[in-house]
Amino acid sequence: MTGTETALGAPAERREGREKVTGTARYAAEYDRPGRTHAWPVPATVARGRVTGVDTAAALAQPGVLAVLTHENAPRLAEPDDATLAVLQDAKVPHRGWFVALVVAETPEAARAGATAVRVSYDVEPHDSVLRRDHPASYAAEQANGGHPGSTEHGDPDTAFASAEVRVDVEYDVPPLHNHPMEPHSSTARWDGDRLIVETSSQGTSTARDVLAGMFAMPAERITVVAEHVGGGFGSKGTPRPDVVLAAMAARHTGRPVTLTLPRRLLPSVVGHRAPTLHRLRLGAGADGRLTALVHDVTTHTSRVKEFVEQAAVPARVMYAAPHSRTVHRVAPLDVPSPSWMRAPGEAPGMYALESAMDELAGELGMDPVELRVRNEPETEPDSGKPFSSRHLVECLREGARRFGWSRRDPRPRSGRTGPLLVGTGVAAATYPVMVSPSTAAARALPDGTFLVQVNATDIGTGARTVVAQIAADALGVEPGRVRIEVGSSDLPYASLAGGSSGTASWGWPVHDACVSLAERLAGRSGPLPEQGIEARADTAGRADADSPYARHAFGAHFAEVTVDTVSGEVRVRRLLGVYAAGRILNARTARSQFIGGMTMGLGMALTEDSTVDAPFGDFAESDLASYHVPAHADVPSVEAHWIEEDDPHLNPMGSKGIGEIGIVGTAAAIGNAVHHATGIRFRRLPLTPDRVLTGLLAHESPAPV
Amino acid sequence: MGSQQHGGSGQDTAASPRHRSDTTLRVNGTPRTLTVDNRRVLLDLLREDLGLIGAKKGCDHGQCGACTVLVDGRRVNSCLLLAVALDGCEITTVEGLAGDGEELHPLQRAFRKRDAFQCGYCTPGQLCSAAGVLAEAAAGHPSHVTDPARPSGEPVPLDREEIRERLSGNLCRCGAYPHIVEAVEDVIP
Ligand code: FES
Ligand code: FES
Repeated sequence: MTGTETALGAPAERREGREKVTGTARYAAEYDRPGRTHAWPVPATVARGRVTGVDTAAALAQPGVLAVLTHENAPRLAEPDDATLAVLQDAKVPHRGWFVALVVAETPEAARAGATAVRVSYDVEPHDSVLRRDHPASYAAEQANGGHPGSTEHGDPDTAFASAEVRVDVEYDVPPLHNHPMEPHSSTARWDGDRLIVETSSQGTSTARDVLAGMFAMPAERITVVAEHVGGGFGSKGTPRPDVVLAAMAARHTGRPVTLTLPRRLLPSVVGHRAPTLHRLRLGAGADGRLTALVHDVTTHTSRVKEFVEQAAVPARVMYAAPHSRTVHRVAPLDVPSPSWMRAPGEAPGMYALESAMDELAGELGMDPVELRVRNEPETEPDSGKPFSSRHLVECLREGARRFGWSRRDPRPRSGRTGPLLVGTGVAAATYPVMVSPSTAAARALPDGTFLVQVNATDIGTGARTVVAQIAADALGVEPGRVRIEVGSSDLPYASLAGGSSGTASWGWPVHDACVSLAERLAGRSGPLPEQGIEARADTAGRADADSPYARHAFGAHFAEVTVDTVSGEVRVRRLLGVYAAGRILNARTARSQFIGGMTMGLGMALTEDSTVDAPFGDFAESDLASYHVPAHADVPSVEAHWIEEDDPHLNPMGSKGIGEIGIVGTAAAIGNAVHHATGIRFRRLPLTPDRVLTGLLAHESPAPV
Repeated sequence: MGSQQHGGSGQDTAASPRHRSDTTLRVNGTPRTLTVDNRRVLLDLLREDLGLIGAKKGCDHGQCGACTVLVDGRRVNSCLLLAVALDGCEITTVEGLAGDGEELHPLQRAFRKRDAFQCGYCTPGQLCSAAGVLAEAAAGHPSHVTDPARPSGEPVPLDREEIRERLSGNLCRCGAYPHIVEAVEDVIP
C-alpha cells in the first residue's frame, strides 16, 4: 500500500490494545516508586464557613500515618487562575466537600484510617445551595463558558413571538450531572532535588505542567508531567484538579513519593460537574413551520469559588433560521461545589431543551419533525451571519431517517402498543463546534527506515496514538507500521489538551506539517541518514488559532426507539441510531467507538443519571456509583453510528472535525421525543425515571378534576 | 516454589503485628505467602503487594466491577474481599487469563478485534467477568433473564440479552458496551 491512499480513514486497531487487554497499561496511581506513600483527603462537612481547628493527634497516632497537611502547615502556593486548586491555603470553606486536610501514610489503609481520625471544627455560616428559576441572586452573565457572550438578540423576538401563528412556550429542567470517568482522579508525585515529577490522570499534561509551575513558583523546565494512560475524563480532567496539587504538596512536605487517588464518593464535590440548567424555550412559527421567533433562556448555578456558566443557550445561535431571536444565560452563585466541563458542555443540555421544543412545535403544527428541521435550515450561521464551512444536517436527517425506517412511523402519539408496552420513536438534531488549539510536534527519520513522531497528545481513550500515527504515515507516504509515536509527557513538544473535541485536529495539524517538511527534506537528499536521523518540527501557533471567516460546526441526527412500561413506568431504549457529518473521519474503528460512547452517555442523561443538591447539606445526594446510575450493559441494546463524509477545506490539513462530544448532544432529546410519541405525555424534566413516568401515566389515565 | 513477601513498602509500620496475618494465595498459578494488614482487600494486595495492576480500582465499594477477578474460578469484586479471608484460594487476574506465553486469551483477542474498549480502565474487569460468565453459563447457572422453564443444571445458551444481563455489574463509562457484547459473542463455543 502507499500510506497516502489508505492510512487515513482506515479502521486501524488501537496501538495500545495489547497493554490494555493484558492489564499492563499503567495509569497514574500505578507508579510504585521506592518509598511511595499514600494520601487520603478529608472533606469539609459543612456547606459554608471557616475551619477553626484541626485536631490531628488521633490521626498521627494511627500506625503508619506520616503527616497530616492542613491549611496551617501545607506549603504556601502562588494563587492559581483556577481558584478550585487553591487547596489547604486558608481556613475558608466555600462548599461542602472542599478538602480541609490530607493524611499521608505508608499504606492506603493507614491513610484512610488516619483521615477518619482527623477532627475538624468549624465556624458555620448559613448556606444557600438550591437553584430556582427566580433565584434572587441570579444575574445575566457577561460571558458563558467557551468565551461566548452571555446574551444575544436579533430583531424583536417578543413582538414576533406574540404575533406568531403557532407558539410553543415551555420549560425543561436538566439536573446536575457527573462525569464519573472509571478511573478516579489520581496523581503520583515525587521531588527529585528541585525537580518535580508527576504522573497524573489528566487530559493534558502540558497544561498541567504550566499550572504547577505557576503554583509552585518554579520554571516549567523543572517539572515533568506524565499521563501515559488515562481512564477517561469527559471534561473532568481537562485542566488539573486538586489531586495533583495535593500530591505535589504532600510529596514536598514528606520528602517521599505520594500517590493520591480521590475516593469515588468525593469526586462530585471537587472535580467539577455539569451544572443544573433550567430552560425556557419560546418558539414562534408560521403555519408553514418556518420559525419567526426563537427565545432560549437558561438559568444555572455556579459556586462561590469561581464563575462557570454552562453555555446551554449557545446552540440556539447556530441551529435554525429565525429572524427574531434572543438567548440569555442567567447564573446564581450558590454555596455548591464548582461546576465545570462535562462532555459537550452547553450543547448537551441546550440541545436537549431546543430539540424537545422543536418536537413540541412539530406536534403543534402537525408536521413531521424531520421536515420541520429541514424547513428551518439556515443559509448562514444565524447569529454571526458567517457562511458555514460545511453543514450537512439535512443529509444526516435524511440518511438517518432512511436507515431507521422513519417513513414507516405512525406520527400519532400513543399509536404503538404491544401488551403493557407503549412503543415510540423520536428524532433530534445535534451540533458541536469545531475547535482547534496551537500545538507543536517533531518528526524524525531514522537510518533504519523508521520514523519517530513526538507530540504531547493525551490518549484518554480516544485512540490518539493510533490516529496520530495514521496522520503521520499519510503525510510521510509510508506504512503506519514504520511510524513510532510518543505521546503523554510534558517533556515532549508542547500540545493542547484533549478537550472540546479538539485533540486530533490540534495534534494532527503540527504532526502533519512536521511530517510533510520531513518528507520534503528526505526527498531532496541522497545517501544514508546520520546516526541520530534528521528531524523536522512544526508549530501551528498563529494558524490554528487564527480567526476563520467561516462558521465551523459538526452536525448530526439522532433517532431513538423506546418502550414505556405502563405497569412499572420503566423506559427502555430498543435502538439508537446516529448519523454524523463531522468532516473527514480519520479512523473508522475508533471514531465509531467514540460516537457510540457519546450516545451511551446521552442515554444515561435521558434515563438514569440524576443528581440533586441536597438542601440541608449543600452538596450532591447521589455521589457514588450506587446512587448515581451510569448506564450499564443491560441498559444499552443496539447503538449504531454512521457518518457522511464531508470534504471541508476550511478546517485543518486532515479535514477533520471533532467527534468526541457530538454523540451525546441530541441523544437525550431523541429519547425524550420517543417517550412522548409512545405515551402522548411530554415529560420536561430529566431523567425519565420510572417514578416520574409512572406518575405521568397515572395522571394521564385519570386526570385530576379541574 | 512459593515466595515469601512482606507486603508493600512500610507495611510493617502501618499495622501492628496483631493486626497482620500470614496468608497464602495462589495467584495466576504461583503460590504467594504474604503477611498482610487485616484491613487489606484482595484488590490492594494484588496492586500494592504483588504489583499486578491489571485489576482496577474504580470505586472501592463494589459498585463498578473494575476490580473483577476470579477466585476459585468464580468472578468477584476484589475490592470487597478481605485478603486474609482468602487463605488457600486460587486467584486469576487479567494478567493470568491467557496462561503462560505470548498468546492472548480468545476474549482478549476478541476485545482488540471489536474495539471493545476506549480508555481501557474497565477492560480487565470486563474480561475477567466475561470469562466468569462463560463458565457460569456452561455450568447451567441461570440469570435474571434466563427462561425459568429451562431445565436446571443444563448449559444456558448465551444470547445478547444474557450477555448484557450477566455483564451488567461491569460499568464502562466510555460506553463500549455494544462492542464488548460482540466480542463475548465471538468466543462463545
Ligand atoms: S473497584 Fe471494586 S467494584 Fe468498583
Ligand atoms: S473503556 Fe473506558 S470505562 Fe470502559
